[in-house]
Amino acid sequence: MSASLERGLDRFRESLDADTAGFFATCVRCGMCAEACLFYTETEEPRYTPIHKLQPLKRLWWREYTLVGRIAAALGLSKPVTGGELADWSELVYDSCTLCGRCSLVCPVGNDITYMIRRMRDGMAAAGYAPPGLVGATRRAIELGSPMGVQLATLQAQIRHQEEATGLPIPMDREGADYLVLLSSMEIVNTPEMLGALARIFDRAGVSWTLASDAFEATNSGIQIGVAELAREIVMRTVTAAERLGVKGVVSPECGHAYMALRWEGPDLIGRPYRFEVLHILELLDRLRGEGRLKVDSTFNLPITFHDPCQVVRRGGVTEAPRNLLKMVATDVREMEEHGVYNWCCGGGGGVSAIGRAEELRLKAFGKKRGQIEATGAKTVATACANCRVVMEEAIDHYQIGVELVGLTELIADHLETEESHHG
Amino acid sequence: MSAASIAFLAWVRGPGFHIALGLFCLGLVWRLIEIYALGRDRPLAPLRRRSGASGWWTILRRSRPSAEHESMVSYLAGYTFHIGLIVTFFFFTPHIELLRRAVGLSWPSLPTALVDGLAVVTLLALGVMLASRLLDPVKRFLSVAEDYVAWGLTLAPVLTGYLCFHHLLLPYTTMLALHLASVEVLMVLMPFTKLIHFVTLFPSRWMNGEHFGRTGVAA
Amino acid sequence: MEKVTVYAAMRAGGMSRRAFLQACGAIAASLALPPGSGRAIARALERTPRPSVIWLSFQECTGCTESLTRAHAPTVESLLFDMVSLDYHHTLQAAAGGAAEEARREAMAANHGRYLLIADGSLPVGHPAYSTIGGVSNLAMLQEAAAGAAAVIAMGSCAAFGGLPGATPNPTGAAPVSEVVRDRPLVTIPGCPPIPAVIVATLAHYLTFGRLPALDPLGRPKAFYGETIHDRCYRRPFYDRGLFADTFDDEGARKGWCLYKLGCKGPTTYNACATTKWNGGTSFPIQSGHGCLGCSQPDFWDGGGFYRADALPFGPLTPTATIAAAAGVAVGGAVAAANRRKRAKARAAHRPITVDDLEKGQEETP
Repeated sequence: MSASLERGLDRFRESLDADTAGFFATCVRCGMCAEACLFYTETEEPRYTPIHKLQPLKRLWWREYTLVGRIAAALGLSKPVTGGELADWSELVYDSCTLCGRCSLVCPVGNDITYMIRRMRDGMAAAGYAPPGLVGATRRAIELGSPMGVQLATLQAQIRHQEEATGLPIPMDREGADYLVLLSSMEIVNTPEMLGALARIFDRAGVSWTLASDAFEATNSGIQIGVAELAREIVMRTVTAAERLGVKGVVSPECGHAYMALRWEGPDLIGRPYRFEVLHILELLDRLRGEGRLKVDSTFNLPITFHDPCQVVRRGGVTEAPRNLLKMVATDVREMEEHGVYNWCCGGGGGVSAIGRAEELRLKAFGKKRGQIEATGAKTVATACANCRVVMEEAIDHYQIGVELVGLTELIADHLETEESHHG
Repeated sequence: MSAASIAFLAWVRGPGFHIALGLFCLGLVWRLIEIYALGRDRPLAPLRRRSGASGWWTILRRSRPSAEHESMVSYLAGYTFHIGLIVTFFFFTPHIELLRRAVGLSWPSLPTALVDGLAVVTLLALGVMLASRLLDPVKRFLSVAEDYVAWGLTLAPVLTGYLCFHHLLLPYTTMLALHLASVEVLMVLMPFTKLIHFVTLFPSRWMNGEHFGRTGVAA
Repeated sequence: MEKVTVYAAMRAGGMSRRAFLQACGAIAASLALPPGSGRAIARALERTPRPSVIWLSFQECTGCTESLTRAHAPTVESLLFDMVSLDYHHTLQAAAGGAAEEARREAMAANHGRYLLIADGSLPVGHPAYSTIGGVSNLAMLQEAAAGAAAVIAMGSCAAFGGLPGATPNPTGAAPVSEVVRDRPLVTIPGCPPIPAVIVATLAHYLTFGRLPALDPLGRPKAFYGETIHDRCYRRPFYDRGLFADTFDDEGARKGWCLYKLGCKGPTTYNACATTKWNGGTSFPIQSGHGCLGCSQPDFWDGGGFYRADALPFGPLTPTATIAAAAGVAVGGAVAAANRRKRAKARAAHRPITVDDLEKGQEETP
């Protein structure tokens, strides 16, 4: 057995808890999780059944953490987990799972399959079976500070453009600001208008905010690939900056897993609670709306639907804020048939969008979302995750569907009550 | 009916039942400790909701069908046979008498004709479940020998109970002995197969609901 | 030996021709024979000489004999003593001591190969000395008598299955007739006591057709032991509707509801009590408000108690469950400790992973 395989199996062994053992013991192989997974529904290949993606971890548990399994293993009645097997499972654990959590929501016996996939990825990554695309993104995140290789200079250039476009200052490293706002590389590269949108909204709402030159990137490849120490290193950058600047809150941008990593898992990664609050940008905007500090003076009147980013809504619990905000700014909101916590994933979450070899599968999996969008009749889709947005835009281009994507924050900024309209 | 079947009945009512009960209790306690003594970590992030309470709700909520219409066969047949098993086991007079002796609690039984009809429905639903396991591509792919064993272990007590009640196929005494024996085999194997979900279902749902509940999502 | 026919003996006993024919019809019906069989029985009994019967009593209580002799005349069961020439029955015969035994030997010699042997009571096979008659052990006497018998009838549950003497702990090593008699036609008529009409009908069948009626695997006439008491019980509808007496003096008991919960063994007991009934068709135990004891079933004394519902396990369950659960705690605790050690070891071996490590496995994989 290679050292790396043993290291991977040890990660499996480390992470085995009552939850995982209980879930494995409870599974009745009813197959219902398959129907909850867009990689199965769009391909109808049974191997994409979520619970099947955990087979090596389940066998390790049975062989090493149950008496009957231990005896069977000692008698040679079951095979140990091999490197070849993990290599085979790499596609199942990474390419065909976006950690969207839908299977965990429908499992009749209550198994949190996504929770276990995370543990599965921990061991897979440690054993060296993470996909090259995701390894590359992780390397860039650790070595360059961003999975897309975006450097501070790039951000500074975008800041200058947006300051010119809006005529508003975009503060950097301002100590004593109320909120430290994070961005995702996707936003910096693909939708820099988001920066301008934030500047206008915070200006109108009177929010004291800042960016941090040493912690502008919110995404966390360590979480996606499944290496706790790397995830910790990335989270620690934000924690250090936030505590140095003395902010009251850190605002996670329109990005799904960044919110999940920072809001829900960060404290466990660094081993202590934060001294600040973490909010998704939509949570902050909805709070401002509730306080009457966020108003619009025009509305978006074409049919519009909302794509719930899995990690923000189903796994993050930010369900009502996007709807409150959308209702404020749009007059013809058409919900998809399954929405909110029951939404379908775009097909590129959980790091899948960074896996080059998964592109074809990802485009196929988009079929579910495509059907949902088309069923609403809306030609505009708002969302609150830059990754969802880019994944869907690519697929829309690929399939030549006439649908526009828009970030909800930008949409609000576009219809923001201006100084003139306010006084006039 | 033969002397052998009477001796068999005496054995399954006497030593056999005690052995089965003993192995059931031994296995169940051992397995539950084996599984849950692994413990779980408490999250450090501030919770949006009291996640433990959310877990309790999930135990109830997961009994409702989810939004997956594609799994209608599994849902309908699954609900039917589970309800059938529960009602025939808990509301048939002889079973109530057994439970009264075993745990000291008793409750009114349902009319025998109703329980009888439900047993037929349960058998049919179990037939559908087997067909679905053999024909559905996902289930067939996931299935291992244990799934068919568990199916047989579940079917046998209902089938022998039904045949016994109606005095079909074999003499009553023989069938009654087979009925008890099938229950005893089920008891022995339950803790060591996926059938342990009759207990672990509840902690699993609770944990799932607790995970989701941290973020405020009602799972 | 005089050659008196069954019919002649009956007429001599005061029975009218009409009563005789009615009795033959009743016997045919009880044996579930085809229509017209009553006449066939009557013709046979008119012609057939009364057979010689040797009745041996072993470890028994004389209840079987009591049951027969207390039958009300002129009922079908009373026909028994008219049907046969009872040449030996140590309770009923006038002779005693050596004279009685001499009469038995004479009858056996005179009718060798033709007499019927009826045995009631079980045999102390384990310790033959526990029961002897005139210095002859029951075992030896049965073996001797069976050798010349045309057929053997094991009368009552003791002879059929061992009965009370054979109940746990069975101090005498009591065994049923079937364990001693293996080479003669054998019919068992279990019951404690057996139903007299069953004995009569079985004899009538033998006399009419020259062979024993159809028997089940336990040697019981199927016509009488083919269905359970429960199948034919008039209280069955209450069982089906879930209406039960919970005590012997509650409303359910007064309303005549099912006695299952009070331990009625009707569902597992094969006998004709519910249809033939007792005392000239007057009643049977369930009709009198008490559950069936299951007296015609093998080992009914050891069936877990007369007042415990049928099919329930024997013996106290709590100690079994408690001991097993304690063992479960021990096994589970040991596995849990081993699991925690295993996980602690893996955690101790934890080395931080660098980005470079992430690419290693793929290089090593063949």
